[in-house]
Amino acid sequence: MSSLDNKHNGSARVGVYICHCGINIAGKVHIQDVVDIAKKLPGVTVAKEYKFMCSDPGQEIIQEDIKKGLIDRVVVASCSPLMHEPTFRGAMAKADGNPFMFQMANIREHVSWVTKDKGLATDKSKALVAAAVARVMFHQPLTKTQVPVNPNVLIVGGGIAGIHAALTMANAGKKVYLVEREPTIGGHMAKFDKTFPTLDCSACILTPKMSAVRAHPNITLWTYSDVVGVDGFVGNFKIKVKLRPRYVIEEECVGCLECIEACIFKHGKFKDEFNVGLAKRKPIYVPFPQATPLVAVIDPETCAYFRAKCKKPCADVCEKKAIDFNQKEEIVEVDVGSIILATGFKTFDASRVARYGYGKYPNVYTSLEVERLVNAAGPTGGEVVLANGKKPKSVAIIHCVGSRDANSNKYCSKVCCMYSLKLAHLVKERTEADVYNFYIDMRTPGKGYEEFYERLLLEGINFIRGRVAEVTDWAMTPDEEEKLVIRAEDTLVGKVRRIPVDMVVLAVGMEAQPDADDVRRMFNISCSHEGWFLERHPKLAPVSTLTDGVFLAGACQGPKDIPDSVAQAGAAAAEALALIDIGHVELEPNTAFVRDEFCSGCRTCMNICPFSAIAIDTEKDTAVVNGALCKGCGTCVAACPSGALQQNLFTDEQIFHEIEGVMNYV
Amino acid sequence: MSKPKVAFYWCASCGGCEEAVVDLHEDILGVVSAVDIVFWPVALDFKRSDVEAMKDKEVAVAFINGAIRSSEQHEMVELLRRKAQLVVAFGSCAHLGGIPGLANVFDRGAIVNQACVNAVSVVNDQKVLPSEETTVPEGKLTLPLLWNTVKSLDQTIDVDYYLPGCPPPVNLIGEAVGAILKGELPAKGTVLAPDIALCDDCVRRDTKPEKPALKEFFRPHQVKADPEKCLLAQGLLCLGPVTRKGCGSVCVKANMPCTGCMGPTSNVVDYGAKALSAIASLVDSNDDKEIAAIISKVADPVGTFYRYSLPASLLHRRYNGSTERG
Ligand SMILES: Cc1cc2nc3c(=O)[nH]c(=O)nc-3n(C[C@H](O)[C@H](O)[C@H](O)COP(=O)(O)OP(=O)(O)OC[C@H]3O[C@@H](n4cnc5c(N)ncnc54)[C@H](O)[C@@H]3O)c2cc1C
Ligand code: SF4
Ligand code: SF4
Repeated sequence: MSSLDNKHNGSARVGVYICHCGINIAGKVHIQDVVDIAKKLPGVTVAKEYKFMCSDPGQEIIQEDIKKGLIDRVVVASCSPLMHEPTFRGAMAKADGNPFMFQMANIREHVSWVTKDKGLATDKSKALVAAAVARVMFHQPLTKTQVPVNPNVLIVGGGIAGIHAALTMANAGKKVYLVEREPTIGGHMAKFDKTFPTLDCSACILTPKMSAVRAHPNITLWTYSDVVGVDGFVGNFKIKVKLRPRYVIEEECVGCLECIEACIFKHGKFKDEFNVGLAKRKPIYVPFPQATPLVAVIDPETCAYFRAKCKKPCADVCEKKAIDFNQKEEIVEVDVGSIILATGFKTFDASRVARYGYGKYPNVYTSLEVERLVNAAGPTGGEVVLANGKKPKSVAIIHCVGSRDANSNKYCSKVCCMYSLKLAHLVKERTEADVYNFYIDMRTPGKGYEEFYERLLLEGINFIRGRVAEVTDWAMTPDEEEKLVIRAEDTLVGKVRRIPVDMVVLAVGMEAQPDADDVRRMFNISCSHEGWFLERHPKLAPVSTLTDGVFLAGACQGPKDIPDSVAQAGAAAAEALALIDIGHVELEPNTAFVRDEFCSGCRTCMNICPFSAIAIDTEKDTAVVNGALCKGCGTCVAACPSGALQQNLFTDEQIFHEIEGVMNYV
Repeated sequence: MSKPKVAFYWCASCGGCEEAVVDLHEDILGVVSAVDIVFWPVALDFKRSDVEAMKDKEVAVAFINGAIRSSEQHEMVELLRRKAQLVVAFGSCAHLGGIPGLANVFDRGAIVNQACVNAVSVVNDQKVLPSEETTVPEGKLTLPLLWNTVKSLDQTIDVDYYLPGCPPPVNLIGEAVGAILKGELPAKGTVLAPDIALCDDCVRRDTKPEKPALKEFFRPHQVKADPEKCLLAQGLLCLGPVTRKGCGSVCVKANMPCTGCMGPTSNVVDYGAKALSAIASLVDSNDDKEIAAIISKVADPVGTFYRYSLPASLLHRRYNGSTERG
């Protein structure tokens, strides 16, 4: 009834090549059976098998058959097209075949890797090969188009990863837009006093890079801002950024901070986010003295002017007249060719492990809080003190809080052992307290890391191997009065111990940002189920994503420390630079097209194209797709009520014949 | 040379298709003078035995309307297939299953119960149901078997051409007969109507917005439709974009939305699925709740989108757990 039947080129000659993938496929699929079946399929002139189709000799088999004129289209049954579709298409093109006369059947990820049953695996492979053959009969030769790459780059997140990527790109002469949602860049690193394993001062190595970002002529830094729109595709993204009002004109403010002095609040009264709540700030503030940009922010939630009335002494005192209560949110639009996401992580919420008493006992702290306590620029000027202001005589550091635990996160957060060692050292240095580290396994792989652990062992830190059962204030002996008691099994000694301490530090793990899912949707990338942004390949494409032109740097991709974050940021910058250097991207020819003779001009398609790629040709009263704008999403094709819209590589006849190919087999 | 022999037959249908033939008015005289009508139960007194007596392929063309839903209809169409050189599925029911095809939302038991017991106009205290065989003093009486699933004509016999519509438009019937008489026939399987959707020559098309988008759907009795503006743009579920033209847009001219009797164009495999995705594409919202509210205004989605085509759809019928074919 439909016109889909047998319109293919009757003289089609299909070559089918079944790959063993070593034993990856051959271990589960009876390859010869699949070859035998393939030989009998209509249109197939050649069916062969080979150990590794993707290898040079494998590709040459295909190329020779094309050159001999035996075949004009190819089916390879092997791994995922994600892996090797480009390889085989490339091989065809080199032999002067059209690379789109090709279809891949995935008999590895979809078959041999997901079953133990050889019979079923072989049957399914046959069905998938039959489907691919039925489909490729309807393929048409297509050509790729090229579009230029915009050399500008967007970097989201101004932690160490984002900063490093921005400077690398900017130094290479590229225009960088760096968007940070906090009032300052710096990320987590800006909160630390020292960094493992070298114990160099965090600020000393970070703040020069922060100022370099601010000063760099090639970098536009937007803090207190969010990306609110992403359109387009690799090489040609259109970005919308929302600049939230800070009520201080950034270009005018010189960072004298007189306004903060002048505020009607004589002392800080509100939760200081940068100091993770350990200090109070005023409604007008800078997060920390080296904040970049060093421009005050007014928090409208707490500023008296926004609630009732205030005489605004801050505005009066400002010689530059930089304070502007009428500032409005602003949307800016920029074009970029590539995007680097460096949105980092959040720390695990320690109150989720109730038995460790966070939020219940004032002297139970998270590691991030202690980072602030040991920081010379922190709320205590670097003194490690208890809630009552006294120095602790004994401190317990509990590793793996929110990591390696079936009740919270199964994964290892990778940095906690090392920073716990660092904190043990710093706490001991500042307080001379007895420090006990409770660990499950000590994980210190990395350059100089094991050596750092050795050093700590010599410093007289106590290491107890065992997962802590509980932190309690329930004293059983006079020694335990007024103390926090750690109950843990010492698995090396094989007995349960109770250790009374003054202070407990919870080494909280790393988690994906709470808005990671929104962010990944906006940038059209994927997340692992824990929420980390998904790389294109865990080994071979660790900073790329499945969306071309979008790269990852730092802890947004998974737990990692500063050296790894920086290395990754450099790699992401290199990938972006490579893209810019090539200068153009090749677009898949999988675009939609309208068959005029069937288009009734009903305009159903006009409403839904997310890229506004469709227009009505007023003369003919039919729809036309602008191939340069079409991204091949196929939305319109599904909607077109008369089947006038079709999509290259996904025509109805290709899809229906593919389905039929499978169905004929089941 | 003797005149070509023509047969008309009706299966599960309302009789409207027969009317359509009569609607040829005086043109029918031309037809009658050009052909020899050898079978037409609704108008002429021929019997099944007359057909059985004919030689195979003796009939030039059999026009069969109605869906197939009983063993008797099945026997008759098989008989006609044997006797006729060409079989034309005539009208929506033969073409796609038509209105009777909506029975495929239920099964035989539910339908018989509704018709013979539960319908408000029925008095049947004993709950007597028709059965294939009944024994009476005089002997055994039999009735044809009512199928569980209603089928289109081409799901039961081989069909050469289709005349779509409920009923087929008179001009298309005339053209089809003319083409058959002249022997100027398109490829087998062709639907004998233009292969483009109704919007193509709809008088209201120019009033359609550049980007049609809808926040609300109405049923015809809920609004007073503007007689000039695109009906779909007014929120009336006009299926013109999905439906083959050729009807002369009679419904739209009468200010009623197209309900899709002409079926899909040749590029569409499943009419209802296409109609659904096309209409869904017009819903103007990105909010799940709002979308649900807008969609909820579509009363009876199966009856709306598959009104004439459920048997011919990819689904055929509601899944009823059985693989019973009849
Ligand atoms: C307690 C603790 C101590 C540590 N100590 C050490 C150490 O001593 N040595 C070491 O090597 N590593 C250490 N680490 C690990 C270190 O913090 C990370 O490796 C590093 O911060 C990762 O950098 P990043 O830029 O990827 O992420 P982050 O530092 O988290 O920075 C991300 C930035 O992106 C911004 N952002 C997030 N989402 C958005 C958005 N949607 N739009 C705009 N901006 C956004 C954030 O505001 C932030 O500024 C420690 C970690 C913890 C928890
Ligand atoms: S939806 Fe299809 S028929 Fe309607 S205007 Fe678009 S291409 Fe033409
Ligand atoms: S496939 Fe259709 S909807 Fe999608 S981008 Fe292309 S024209 Fe637009």
